[in-house]
Amino acid sequence: MSLTDQQKIDAYRTMALIRRFEEKSAELYAAGDIGGFLHLYIGQEAIAVAANYALREDDNIITAYRDHGIAIARGIPPKLVMAEMFGKITGSSKGKGGSMHLADVSKRMWGGWAIVGQHLPLAAGLALADQYRGEDRVTMALMGDGATNIGYFHEALNMAAVWDLPVVWVVENNQYGMGTAVTRASAVADLAKKAEAYGMPCCIQVDGMDLLALMDIFTEAIDYARSGNGSYFIEAITYRYRGHSMGDPERYRQAQEVQAKQLEDPIQRWGQYLLNENLATEDDLARMREEAEQEVEEAVTFARESDWPSQEELYTDVYAD
Amino acid sequence: MSMPTNLKLVENGVKTLEEAMQGETKTMTFREAISAALWEEMERDETVFIMGEEVGVWGGTYAVTRGFYDHFGPRRVRDTPISEMAIVGAATGAAMNGLRPVAEIMTINFAFLALDALVNSAAKARYMFGGQMTVPLVVRTTTGGGRQLAATHSHSPEPIFAYFPGLFVVVPSTPADAKGLLKAAIRNNNPVLFIEHSTLYQNRGEVPVEEYLLPLGKSDVKRPGEDVTIVSYGKMVEVSLKAADELEKDGISAEVIDLRSLRPLDLDPVFESFKKTNRAVIVEESHPYYNVSGEVAARLQNECFDWMDAPIQRVNSEDVPLPYSRDLEQSALPNPEKVIEAVRKIL
Repeated sequence: MSLTDQQKIDAYRTMALIRRFEEKSAELYAAGDIGGFLHLYIGQEAIAVAANYALREDDNIITAYRDHGIAIARGIPPKLVMAEMFGKITGSSKGKGGSMHLADVSKRMWGGWAIVGQHLPLAAGLALADQYRGEDRVTMALMGDGATNIGYFHEALNMAAVWDLPVVWVVENNQYGMGTAVTRASAVADLAKKAEAYGMPCCIQVDGMDLLALMDIFTEAIDYARSGNGSYFIEAITYRYRGHSMGDPERYRQAQEVQAKQLEDPIQRWGQYLLNENLATEDDLARMREEAEQEVEEAVTFARESDWPSQEELYTDVYAD
Repeated sequence: MSMPTNLKLVENGVKTLEEAMQGETKTMTFREAISAALWEEMERDETVFIMGEEVGVWGGTYAVTRGFYDHFGPRRVRDTPISEMAIVGAATGAAMNGLRPVAEIMTINFAFLALDALVNSAAKARYMFGGQMTVPLVVRTTTGGGRQLAATHSHSPEPIFAYFPGLFVVVPSTPADAKGLLKAAIRNNNPVLFIEHSTLYQNRGEVPVEEYLLPLGKSDVKRPGEDVTIVSYGKMVEVSLKAADELEKDGISAEVIDLRSLRPLDLDPVFESFKKTNRAVIVEESHPYYNVSGEVAARLQNECFDWMDAPIQRVNSEDVPLPYSRDLEQSALPNPEKVIEAVRKIL
């Protein structure tokens, strides 16, 4: 699938929105407005945006706890995400889940799951239900590189392969599982090799900061899965500029490494692409960044002014009727 | 906080066990009753399907699903890899996305491998996302010792699972209860852990021929009595009833209450009984500490302090891993003699 000119422009807007949202979240965390753990998506924005463009609206998407970017790209309004992180009743999970547990089932964004790998069999199950009913939906499951070392990963991929489940597995390899480099934690540095063991077609590693490259491979993978061929596995090489979560002392990497990676920034690269293709001017890009800033400020105001959950909410939603 | 118990379904026209027992009944084994419940629900509802190790071609390691694969086919009777985390995780995902999976974990000893999926995924999905997700999942498994399978294969860890809000934990003791409870569990919109004691499968009992449901979360007086209240569940109901028969020969009238489900835990009949007998013995196969008997005892002293004439007694398995050697294993498990001894201690 190729992007229309308008989608190309919107992609910049969405990536800028995610970037600004995350920067603001860091400030609000430091100020004490956001509690718990906070895992920022800065540097990885192109993956979320490409995923959303490549998927149909009725496809499923599920991810781990670094979920703000996926949630916003999928169309959960930033104000609902921000309200969730403030713990307000207007949040996307009524303030009961926080940063790591964002979801909007009406958009088939099935969460934000915070135990590494726990969502991988859930993805298999989402796909199983669609396959069972004869529906042609695809499920995309995103995970960090660290998740490829846990039992859940291997059990879920094996089961999905045995049953030809239509899942596109996407590793967002941001080089570190918390503070442990991939090469220090995984027996193979080329993570796609792990999926080869389950007979899945594997792309070569894709540049996770290149929106067009991601679009191409996601589209191929989704077509493959939708056509009844089973699962597809993608390793997207990316980088997070910030620590694993807020408060990460970052003893495991040098500042120069982070600076070097920032030269490959997905948003700057995409902006340059739009300029080269005459799809936008510098002024257009600046205006979109300002609009993003504005939307984030409105989200913060909404979150700040929203009500806290009532005490009764403590006891609701434990069981379904 | 109230837990939904399928009462609405019963109100909507399906008979309760008590009502159905008024009509024609037939003798069935515990295995046949569970098998019939699964069969009926699969015939009734296309979204119900079975997945687990050896449930299909093999017919179930305890033969509960024998014949299902041939009748319902591989789409609805799914043999899985040996992957407990993925079985419960994938069943949870399928439930979130509109199906009603009945996942089978061959024995509860393997359920520890699936504990994260059961607790952090199935049980928490609804609350954590503010009520957006519904997980109509049943996980069936077998429990218990007494078959010389040694330490890894003889656990009775029901209290561990009963600990977690978001789950239902059901432990039937009779064929009729098992059938009605399993059908209710499948129609419940929440994750239900359905635990079958592996030495009950050959037990026989009268089961209504007509369709019925047994709402989850209702304890049952299995034998009325006046002198002492014996509280139990699962296999230990049988042990408790045998003890009650022996006690009767000595003129001691024991009331035996079957909890049927551990979450929700319906203690109203227990309190009512205790206010009559003023004495209680709680019998369970789990190890002696941090368990259901401790929970029941704590609530009894809280609710019935003024009616208490003697310390509450607990009969459990010994606080050791279960051994292989036959007599040694039997001496680690509760039996009627131990129950009788506990009753005599407080009468």
